[in-house]
Amino acid sequence: MSTLTEHTPTAAARDTPTRRRPRVDRLPYLLLLPCLVVIGVLLLWPLGQVVAMSFFRLNSVRQLRGDREWPFVGLANYTQILGDPFFRTVLRNTVLFAAANVLLTMVLGTLVGLLLHRLGRKMATFVASCVMLAWATPALTGTIVWKWIFDDTSGLVTWAFNALPDGLSQALFGRTDWSGYGWFNSPLLFFAILTLVVVWHSFPFIAVSVLAGLKSVPSELHEAARVDGAGPWTVFWKITFPLLRPVFGILVVLSTIWDFKVFTQQFVLAGGTQDRPTFMLSIYSYAEAFSPPPKYGVGSAIAVILTLILLVVTGLYVRMVLRQEDAS
Amino acid sequence: MKKVALNGAGLLVALFAAFPVYWMVATSLKPNREIFSATPRPVPAHPTLEHYREILTGNLIPGVTFGDFLLNSVLVAVSTVVLSGLVALLAATAVARFRFRLRTTFLIMLLVVQMIPLEALVIPLFLMIQRLGLYNTLPSLILTYLGFSLPFAVWMLRGFVAAVPKELEEAAAIDGASRAQTFRKVLFPLVAPGLVATSIFSFITAWNELIFALTFVNDQSRYTLPVAMTFFFGRDDTAWGSVMAASTLFTLPVIVFFLLVQRRMVSGLVAGAVKG
Repeated sequence: MSTLTEHTPTAAARDTPTRRRPRVDRLPYLLLLPCLVVIGVLLLWPLGQVVAMSFFRLNSVRQLRGDREWPFVGLANYTQILGDPFFRTVLRNTVLFAAANVLLTMVLGTLVGLLLHRLGRKMATFVASCVMLAWATPALTGTIVWKWIFDDTSGLVTWAFNALPDGLSQALFGRTDWSGYGWFNSPLLFFAILTLVVVWHSFPFIAVSVLAGLKSVPSELHEAARVDGAGPWTVFWKITFPLLRPVFGILVVLSTIWDFKVFTQQFVLAGGTQDRPTFMLSIYSYAEAFSPPPKYGVGSAIAVILTLILLVVTGLYVRMVLRQEDAS
Repeated sequence: MKKVALNGAGLLVALFAAFPVYWMVATSLKPNREIFSATPRPVPAHPTLEHYREILTGNLIPGVTFGDFLLNSVLVAVSTVVLSGLVALLAATAVARFRFRLRTTFLIMLLVVQMIPLEALVIPLFLMIQRLGLYNTLPSLILTYLGFSLPFAVWMLRGFVAAVPKELEEAAAIDGASRAQTFRKVLFPLVAPGLVATSIFSFITAWNELIFALTFVNDQSRYTLPVAMTFFFGRDDTAWGSVMAASTLFTLPVIVFFLLVQRRMVSGLVAGAVKG
């Protein structure tokens, strides 16, 4: 990049009458170079490559290695996916799951943030530490523990349902013995548990961010409103929310991006890529590409569709961040 | 009265957030008899380390021990941290210390790049790894994680570099220090705490990653811990004691590191703001 700018002394540049420093400082460009190379080679190039791959029929590793040619198929991969009724199921799963998770994460996170703001010092520290614990836990092990909690023989949830009075259990669910009950077998229940796991992992970030936002708001405003007789609901919607609107905007967008591409939790909870009825876009793309027989082209096309959806959301995010940087 | 309600809600939140972590550790310390009993005990009645002994001495997968996977994971994570820290420090210095034409463009790019869904890059990176002949090697993962952790590392380190007063470097320059000396002797020691914090984030990224490790490495002796654990876990559904012991060992360093960064970030940023 730096070489380009320096080796093209255009006529305009030579003729400028003002005598600025003749030499461009190369140092910043040199310092940036390794970073640009890494980002270019490991992130941007693959991003372009996945688009390219989506136009080919790639069904074997030998094609990837370059031992066999790549038959160009144009948009065939896309028409195949978009025409497949299964894709609509996957898209519906993805959108509904993301919507439910963003909503629940935001509501729970905001409530916990507000709560932390109101609690006494010691209690707030204690609760915040516990919340940090959920945040810090890796997606992998967090999910494994929840899977153990929902284990069909010795899991806590199975035990709790077994402990219900038989009459009540029978009346509510039509069964009294929950041992061996497959908590992950019905798609709806699977998604409910996946939502629990994902919300558990992601509400701490929202809570801590909201808390940080609340601390930056002068407390006099809230007190004044309360003195005037406003209830907590009114205070939140008339004062807190408008003041923290930029924070909420960014949090919603970030959550949307994260919840659209949940992978690890689903992979672990479902025990791999066999549970097709619960597929969402990212795991669908992965399964098409890597479950035998491999279909790298089709997988790429799905990945491109996922990326396009996220691109729109990202556009919103960048605009918000830039607007905030301008404001501050 | 109101206070009681608030504290009650606080306790509920704390319970919901911390319980799974507690349950993981508690289960790992229970003998099988207690794990599989009809009425679960909230606290291990006869705490034992047998599950830890089991996974640390036995073979998780025939011929390969937990220690091997741990070593692979540490190797990958540490290499990622060193490379990413080095590259990020250079870039952060450029962005925080110099005004140049493409500066804003670069910053926007950093922001946008962080939004690339990494899940969408599995296939093209798999292609690249195949082409480079890195399939089934740990460097394939180091490269991948370097790319993933770098944008955030630069973004975060930028703040730490900017927090170091520029006057210090100017003073050093007046005293005749070269640019390299200024960087090494003035800027670097002052940014070191920020570098530690940034490194921890890169470490966690590399340590936790599952999908790419699952896809790029086929040889069981080269599995990282997350991959080994999903296999270990799928193999025998009933070995919950060992699974929880392995999970605890995997999770503990992450939690410790995470709590360290949290404090470091708050104190570092606040202290810088006051003194600066």
